[in-house]
This record gives sequence, C-alpha cells and structure tokens, in this order.
Amino acid sequence: MDVGLFGQYVANGLMLGVIYAMVAVGFTLFFGVLDVIKFSHGDVLTAGAFAGLATYGGLQALGFASPAVQLLIMLLVAVAAMAFLGALIAKYLVLPLRTAPPLNTLLLTLMLGAALRECVRLFYPQGANPKPFPRLLPQDAVALGSFMLRLDNALLLLGGLAAIAAVHFVITRTKLGLAIRAVAQDAETARIMGIDFERVVLLTFALGSGLAALAGIMNGLYYSEINFSIGLLLGVIGFSAAVVGGLGNIYGAILGGFLFAGLQTAGAVLLPALLPQLPSAYKDVFAFAAVIAFMAWRPTGLIAEKTAERV
Amino acid sequence: MHNCVPRVFWAAALAAALALDAGAAKQTVKIAYIGPLTGGVSANGIGGRNSADLAVRLRNADPKARYRYELVSLDDECKPNIAVQAATKAASDNSVVAGVTHYCSVAAIAAVDTYHKFGFPAVVWGAVLPDITYRNNYAEVHRVNGTMINQNDVAAKFMTGLKYKRWVIIHDTTDYGKGHDKYFTEYLTKYGGQVLGRFGVTADQQDFTAELTKAKELKPEVIYFGGLTPIGVRIRSQMERLGIDAVFEGTSGIKSDSYIDGLGKLAEGSLSFIEGAPWEKLPGGLYFIGKYAQQKYDQGPEAYGPFAFTAAGLIMDVIEQVGPNRRKVIEELRKTRDRDSIVGKISFDDHGQNVVPLITKYVVQDGKWVVWEDSEYASGRRKLK
Repeated sequence: MDVGLFGQYVANGLMLGVIYAMVAVGFTLFFGVLDVIKFSHGDVLTAGAFAGLATYGGLQALGFASPAVQLLIMLLVAVAAMAFLGALIAKYLVLPLRTAPPLNTLLLTLMLGAALRECVRLFYPQGANPKPFPRLLPQDAVALGSFMLRLDNALLLLGGLAAIAAVHFVITRTKLGLAIRAVAQDAETARIMGIDFERVVLLTFALGSGLAALAGIMNGLYYSEINFSIGLLLGVIGFSAAVVGGLGNIYGAILGGFLFAGLQTAGAVLLPALLPQLPSAYKDVFAFAAVIAFMAWRPTGLIAEKTAERV
Repeated sequence: MHNCVPRVFWAAALAAALALDAGAAKQTVKIAYIGPLTGGVSANGIGGRNSADLAVRLRNADPKARYRYELVSLDDECKPNIAVQAATKAASDNSVVAGVTHYCSVAAIAAVDTYHKFGFPAVVWGAVLPDITYRNNYAEVHRVNGTMINQNDVAAKFMTGLKYKRWVIIHDTTDYGKGHDKYFTEYLTKYGGQVLGRFGVTADQQDFTAELTKAKELKPEVIYFGGLTPIGVRIRSQMERLGIDAVFEGTSGIKSDSYIDGLGKLAEGSLSFIEGAPWEKLPGGLYFIGKYAQQKYDQGPEAYGPFAFTAAGLIMDVIEQVGPNRRKVIEELRKTRDRDSIVGKISFDDHGQNVVPLITKYVVQDGKWVVWEDSEYASGRRKLK
C-alpha cells in the first residue's frame, strides 16, 4: 500500500472519529454530572441535522445566497434549538427521575429517542426519504498522489476538533466548568458550597445536546445526505466509544471515538484481505466484537474514571 | 313447511336481481397495490401506485366494464417483514381478488410464500430478482417486468463492447444485491471483463470511504453497483470525495429521478440498465403518459410505472373475463400469451414470468436519464471517463 492510500485511510478514519468523539463526549458529560445514560442522544443529533436542513430551506426561501452566512445561521439555529431541547429533557424527564433506579432513566430516554426519530420521519416533509444536504463548504481539492486532500474535509475535521477543544476548555477553565466538575464529584457538597445544582445540570445537558446538533450538521456536510435514522447507529457507536474509553472521562470519550473509527476502517480494509469470502459489511461486527474484547480486558474503560477527575 | 325456505330464498334473489338491474349498480371488486410508499425508494413506489390507480380509474370510466374496481394501496417499505404483513393483510381479506405487488426484490421474495399459502394471485410489477418467479413454481405469482438475468447480460456485453476491462463490484448484501453481483460477474467473465475486487455492503450503510479507498487502490475503470438509489447516491458522492475517476455503472435499482435529485451535477455520466423502454418508445407510451398527466398526480410514474399500469390492467382484464374469483383468475392469468399492453406483448412462461426481450440502456446527461443511443455519449460528443 502506498503512502497516499494509507493517508487516505487515516483521513477517513479521523473524520469518522471526530464525529464519534463528539457524540461520545455528550454521553460522558451526562453520565459525569448525573450518573445517567441518556439514550436519546443519537436522535437529538438527527433532530439537530434536520433543524439545520429546515433552516437552510427557510434561508433559501428568504433569498440568503451566501453559503457562509447560511451555514452560520444553520449552525446557530440547530445548536440553540438542540441545546434548548437538551435542557428540556433534563428538566422534565431526567431530573424528576433522579431518585428512581437508573434503569428507569435509561428506558425513558430510549423511548424518547424512538419518539424523536418517528417525529422526524412523520412530520418532516417526506421525512422517510433520504434528504440531500447542501454542500456549503468550498469543494476545492488537491490530489497528492493517491491521497485526495479536500478543503471541506479539512475544515470539517478542524471544526470538529475545535468544538471538542472548546468543550474541554469550558469544562477545565471556566467557572461553569468548575461548577460542573464540582457537581460531578459530589452533588451534595456542591450544593452546600452555593452551586445551583439544577442550573448546572441543565447547562450540561444543553452543552452536550448542542454538541450533538453540531455533529449532526457535520455529518450532513460530510456525506451530503441525511436521513431520519442516522442517529440510531451513531448513538450506539458514540455510547460504546464513551464506555470503552471510560464513561465519565472526557479524554476517554475522545479516545474511544477515534478507536472505534480506527477499528471500523481497519475492519473494512483487513477483513476482505484476510478472509476473501467475508464482505466488508462485517466491519461493524468486527468493531463491536473488538469493543467487547476491550471491555473484558478493561471493564472500567481504557482511561479508568477516578472520582476526583470526573468530567 | 320445508318448501317454504327455498321459496322465500328465490323471492329474495329475484327482488335483489331486479333491484340491481334497476339501479344498474356494478359490483365493486377490490384489487391490492403493494409497493414502497415510504422510505428511500418511495418515489418509485408512489409512481407505481399512481400508475395502478390510473389503470383503475380508466377502467371505471369505461361504461363497458362489468365491475367497478377499487384499489387498496399498501406500503411494504421495501422491507421483507413489512412486505409479509402487507401481503397477509391483502391476501387474508377475501374481498381483495388479486394484487399488483412489489418494487423491491427483498420484499417480493419474502412475500411470495404468503401469496401461495392464501392462493392469492399476484402480479409483480418492478422487482427483478429471478428467484421471485423461478425459485418455486407457485401458480399464484406472475411478473410483467423482466429479471436481472437479462439486465446484467446486456449490461456486461455493452460495457465490454465499450472496451472497458477492469471492474470493482459493490453490492448490498440483500438477495437483490447478491443476485446482481452473481449474474453480472457471470456475464462479465463470459464477455472478457475482469473483476478486481468485490465489496458487500449493508443496505443502510452510511460510510463507504474505507471500501472506496480500497477500490481506488485497485484502479478500476468502472465501479459497478448492485443496489438501490439511497446507497447509490452515497457511494457516487463519496467516490467524488475520494477522487475516484471511474465510470459509475448502476442497475435498474438506481434508475429513478431521486438518484439525480440526490446528486445534482455529480449524477452526470452514471449508467443504468432496465427492462422495457422509456415511455416514448413503448408501444402505448404516449397514451399512458397522456392519461397520467391528465390525472395531475403529485409525482411522475418513474421507470416502472408503466409496468404497474400493465399489471393492474392485466388483472382487471382477467377479472372481466372470469369474474372476481381468485382461483379462476390464477388459471386465466397463466394462459396469458401475446397479449398486447403498453409495454409490448406479454407472454408468461411456465413460471409466470413474462419473457421480455427488451432491455434499455440509460445514461445521465444534463440532469436527466437519457436513452444511451440518443445521448451525446453515444454520438461521441461526450466521453464517459
């Protein structure tokens, strides 16, 4: 295999990895502050992508032609709408169940996810069909041997990494982040110290859900297409990535996201090479099997959570 | 006393017959339409539904028709399990006499057993998997369109004729995609083409960059895709993202307007092969499209609409002849030989398969599917790759 092709595989894997990591970071944030698993996370991503697409339709109708302005407004609307949705979910569905067994929250959000998905399918015009997503980023490309360097891919990759870095900055360097970490470590003590517990939880859910909306739009821009079920597999992958990395640890989520993307890419390349009879469709089987093996080896995740370092 | 009952019965029957005659009300006969009305290929399903509906409306407008027809429209979502549910729903309802059934091969192959079990006459209007008619010998199952065997024979011969030599095959791992892979490979080898690599992908896969990067390494001249429009759109668009400079050769599965809508300019130069011919070239095409336009449906008939129209028309012809009786309809359908229709002559072989000799080659040119022979690619003004 030449260097260009290898580079191409790495670039493909990184792009997938950044999207997975963004979803995984959301899971880890929710688990960090409240010890809950919010299974509707993937479907919030879908809703975010569709909110972006609907905004694009509205902007086209209003006659905004500049792709940069369109993209900016789409991002703002989608992220704000999903942040609000995330906070609503936290206030009315997750917080009231705080004293109930964690299984209830898990089931509730699982059902909420199905409801969200069906709503997109039924209420978005022709929502059951795949929707072409507008190409709003510059499409310039340079071929370096067999490696195709595309400006839009590079921008998406940088954008994703910047978003993760921004979340990391918020968590580690701001007052809000300090409050989130305090709540994550010990909610009761944090309250005694004067931290508004509910506000912190709502903001954390808003942060994670806004990140999911961003991931949804990036997914649309990357594949030029979205459909109502994209969140289903992305949710499962993001959750697995968060768990394999170490649920509750933001570095673990990022690592898990890239690890899963690497496994999928390796599976698609190596499986048909080693076993010619096996179609590359088995790459997900391979990746999930590897995750199971990792879990058996490190049950608490690759970067094991220390209570002092939560979130 | 025991004579009383028959006398009452006859009196009632006479009264009923008189009442019928006086009102000249025709008996209503229901026929089912089953196709993908939602999901990625719903454009084809809705086009088929509209076309079958058109056949029913035209028949109801005909004063000579013995019955009034009603179309019961069911969604199979292009999924095997839903198709079986829809088939069971139609077949278990005794008032439904026959069905115009399935665009998707996975749906049709799953449902044929149900039709057999219920003795329900079904005429397939779009699915191309050979097994639908050939795996079993079910008297109930017929098909007015051709199979992927003919399609891939023509496709392989045509492409090798254009001097292409090196292929990579991507197919979905359903029966439909595997069938295409099997028959295309068979004919391609026969005509001297070479398969460099083969990728089986899932029918709802999103990311193909790993497979396509591998394909790029093999340097194919043509990427053959055996699958349906949604992932066809994804693969073609990701090919461009990775800078793969190869011809994209699809099958009848991507011959839809939504393929072009989903890709925009990128669709240019994509190929597709399909049974039958465009409506302009069909014997009854002008008639069909004229009548279709009059009804002002929201969406066009798509590629297989004329077949759904034909299937519905054929079923109603037979019901007119033998009455709304499933068993008699099956017997009569089987006898179909050289019957004129808008898609040409219909002759069923001993498996209920129409022996269609005609396959048409299409290429996307300026945002439209154009018959190869009429395209600028054939005249040499444009080049594929």
